[in-house]
Amino acid sequence: MDLEKTLERLLDNYPAKVYKNRKAHVLEKTSDDELLEVAANARTIPGIISSRGCCYAGCKGVVVGPTNDIVTITHGPIGCGYYSWLTRRNKAVARGDNKTDFIQYCFSTDMQESDIVFGGVKKLTQAVQEAYDIFHPKAICICATCPVGLIGDDINAVASSMTEKLGIKVIAFSCEGYKGVSQSAGHHIANNQLMKYVVGTGERKVGKYAINILGEYNIGGDAWEVERVLKKIGYEIISTFTGDGSIDDYSCAHKASLNLVQCHRSINYIAEMLKTKYGTDWVKVNFIGVKSMSKALRDIALYFGDPELSERTEQVIAEEVADIEDRMDYYKKRLTGKTAALYVGGSRAHHYQLLLKELGISTIMAGYEFAHRDDYEGREVISSIKVDADSKNIETITVEPDESKFHVYLSKEQYESLKDKIPLDYYAGLIKEMDKGALIIDDLNHYETEQILNYLKPDIFFSGVKDKFVAQKNGVLSRQLHSYDYSGPYAGFKGAVNFARDVDMGIYSPTWKFAVAPWKKSTVLEGNLTGGEE
Amino acid sequence: MLNGTPKEISERKALRINPAKTCQPIGAMYAALGVHRCMPHSHGSQGCCSYHRTLLSRHFKEPAMATTSSFTEGASVFGGGSNLKTAAKNIFEIYDPDIIAVHTTCLSETIGDDIRTYISQMEIPEGKFVVHTNTPSYVGSHITGFSNMICGFINYLSKSTGVKNGKAALIPGFVNPGDMREIKRIASLLGVDYTMLPDTSGVLDAPMTGKFDMYPKGGTKIADIIGLGDCDYSVGLGEFASAAGVALLDKKCKVKGNIMGLPIGIEATDRFVMELTKQTKGEVPYELEEERGQLVDIMIDSHPYFHNKKVAIFGDPDTVIGLAEFAASIGMIPRFCITGTPGEMFNQRMSDVFERHNIDGIAKPAADLFELHQMLKNEKVDLLMGGTHGKYIARAEDLPFVRIGFPITDRYIHSYLPIVGYRGAIRILEMILNALMDRQDRDAADQDLELVM
Repeated sequence: MDLEKTLERLLDNYPAKVYKNRKAHVLEKTSDDELLEVAANARTIPGIISSRGCCYAGCKGVVVGPTNDIVTITHGPIGCGYYSWLTRRNKAVARGDNKTDFIQYCFSTDMQESDIVFGGVKKLTQAVQEAYDIFHPKAICICATCPVGLIGDDINAVASSMTEKLGIKVIAFSCEGYKGVSQSAGHHIANNQLMKYVVGTGERKVGKYAINILGEYNIGGDAWEVERVLKKIGYEIISTFTGDGSIDDYSCAHKASLNLVQCHRSINYIAEMLKTKYGTDWVKVNFIGVKSMSKALRDIALYFGDPELSERTEQVIAEEVADIEDRMDYYKKRLTGKTAALYVGGSRAHHYQLLLKELGISTIMAGYEFAHRDDYEGREVISSIKVDADSKNIETITVEPDESKFHVYLSKEQYESLKDKIPLDYYAGLIKEMDKGALIIDDLNHYETEQILNYLKPDIFFSGVKDKFVAQKNGVLSRQLHSYDYSGPYAGFKGAVNFARDVDMGIYSPTWKFAVAPWKKSTVLEGNLTGGEE
Repeated sequence: MLNGTPKEISERKALRINPAKTCQPIGAMYAALGVHRCMPHSHGSQGCCSYHRTLLSRHFKEPAMATTSSFTEGASVFGGGSNLKTAAKNIFEIYDPDIIAVHTTCLSETIGDDIRTYISQMEIPEGKFVVHTNTPSYVGSHITGFSNMICGFINYLSKSTGVKNGKAALIPGFVNPGDMREIKRIASLLGVDYTMLPDTSGVLDAPMTGKFDMYPKGGTKIADIIGLGDCDYSVGLGEFASAAGVALLDKKCKVKGNIMGLPIGIEATDRFVMELTKQTKGEVPYELEEERGQLVDIMIDSHPYFHNKKVAIFGDPDTVIGLAEFAASIGMIPRFCITGTPGEMFNQRMSDVFERHNIDGIAKPAADLFELHQMLKNEKVDLLMGGTHGKYIARAEDLPFVRIGFPITDRYIHSYLPIVGYRGAIRILEMILNALMDRQDRDAADQDLELVM
């Protein structure tokens, strides 16, 4: 493949202004030493077919939504609540007295024209009351949509007056869709409010190895698979933010000794604030892939520094690996030599590369939809990130150490010596683990996707549903890495096999070979013309 | 499943739970995809466009291409004019459509963006078009948005030259590409020369060729939309989705029209065929007579399995009205019929169905699935019909369930095959019979399992 030509083709047809803008989002990794700066977390150009969502999607859809024991009311016209209803596959099991899984429900104020004209505060207040009267939830969250901020509905005032009236937590999230440049702003807003109103408000007796899992949303049951293994080793999981999440568990998150960060982008604010306010360290983990999962488990054991725990960890890893080894080898033989392009989220484009590598598949292009520079380049660049007008409007909260609850697990010396061994309070980003010659494209758009499919010709394009059928119409297998194409879990040891099975199925499906009708083929030519193989 | 839903129904004034509608813009996007080489454009935050494309792709299992103005907080304060103009320029240069169909969102409506003025200030390439419609999400539903986008096309494009073109203007309603194909097939069989707007067949059921095509072969041609103004007459199928388009064609171009229900079931299809025959003054070909005869044959043969069965139907108003009438006409009891879309007309049409068939039924517009579920907790039915969201109720109440309407996100092929026309009615009947008879099999004791039914 001629990368330079591809890069040229990728951008050349753009109008001058678009070219200039997009050029800063498209990079090639030429060496391991070069420092690449990605123009991440920047505005999408109007008119460009982007996959990005909005601030509301990041707040309600990603972070708040998976919590299954509370009522989350979308304050706005009906669409936003409707589209974020049951669509992200964050699995949950009903709990509580009435065994209600609120994820099955969509709650909305369904604003009408008169609410826009005269204000929606009265309706919202009434809606909170009605939700309380019908369901008696332990908390109610309110998520704002675009018109709410524009007409000036004070949802925070509604939240505080209803908190007082009902005696339960009512929390407002000002996550109007137009804020920020992508879902990312919504993650931040959600993190802030959970930290302000929930974390630290509960009390629970915890054991020796108490941890939180942060940024794991239980898509396809990922969190459950990870939790299974962690529990097998002996960890006590206080809370998972926010897959199959419970507000009671979040409230006790400050009791943990260590936080595991899976999706850095969406939850790093909480990880950092827990560190500042309660002294809890966080470690960056990657539960995707056999090697990454094993490394994560070893890093966690190292943190606690208990030889017995480390021994138990090795035992569990050995058991789990023995269980899947044969199948992983089988798939590796069938998939080695294939190439992949990944465009997804704010962590998955990184996490999945390592699993793909284990299966012999090389990643020739990777990009994030809503990441920041630190997700690409590592947290060391955070101080040099310029805050633009769009980010300035997103509240940054500062927390102070809470002396009554502050607890440090490691001594200073232990911390310093561990820092070099495990990613302690640190994320190295995507680029360092990419292969030389691979492309990095931020906020990959439709036009560029077509160019990638046509000229780089990956065997698999991992993306979301908006791109999936574009790729497949082009004869390239596409698997959704947001929803796992309704399969999963993909995390952990067993998940790695599920993933391999699904990719293998897609590559070797005999259905591909019928794409071209026999009468369109020359009579002398026979064989495979499309993505599939036998 | 849905354990929090109490049997006792309490009045709700403010809280919508489990809606049976979504917002206008997605309907506008769907309609715009039914115009050949058209780029639907969402004037609002990029999240709207993303949500709409996602749901359309999940329903059709096809690409749903559309662009957005990608509002920022700044644009929300200062107005979206510059975003829209930049967007149009980029869209024409990069994606090269023949027409951009702009629809608004709650954001751009709330700040009062004047789209017509913005469009008049654009540099539109020679021979290309930009049209728009207003689709505030806080009015109506996705059906309203679909209807409004059709009016947007007619408003900007359709012209009366004073010379009739001998064609019928068909507005098909908010239905699948498979239905649009079937409506066209019936019209062709009856010898009707027509223009159908919109026409998503060949777009959202485009074939696999090995090459992605941003603008597949299907969709109403711009020249034909212009020519709608010269049509002899128009027929709008589904009042909620198509009446406004018919009325606008009359008002703007003096094309007289007839608004009918969607041709779902035997009676509505008969009326549709009769209407077209009245216009053509021709005969109904044997091919259609044969299909109708097959349908009646099946209805009579299989009646023991559905007669007097109570059914609850939810979904889009025109679809629910059609399904309820069909159910009633074959001897079922459409007991609960709800739509999320607001509109008193729904009650009138449903009352008409109930009265003609002597049905004791309950109909409700602007309702939601939470309320429907509560109704079903208080009175059991034999069958539930509607979009995918109904599967949660079906599981909670252990009801046989037929997926029909929009959206169906958990099954394949549904959008390729019609529910309209006689063939569509046969398909609906097959789905109903399979659901009911599978249930009978499931519930039968070993000694009662029948080999022949």
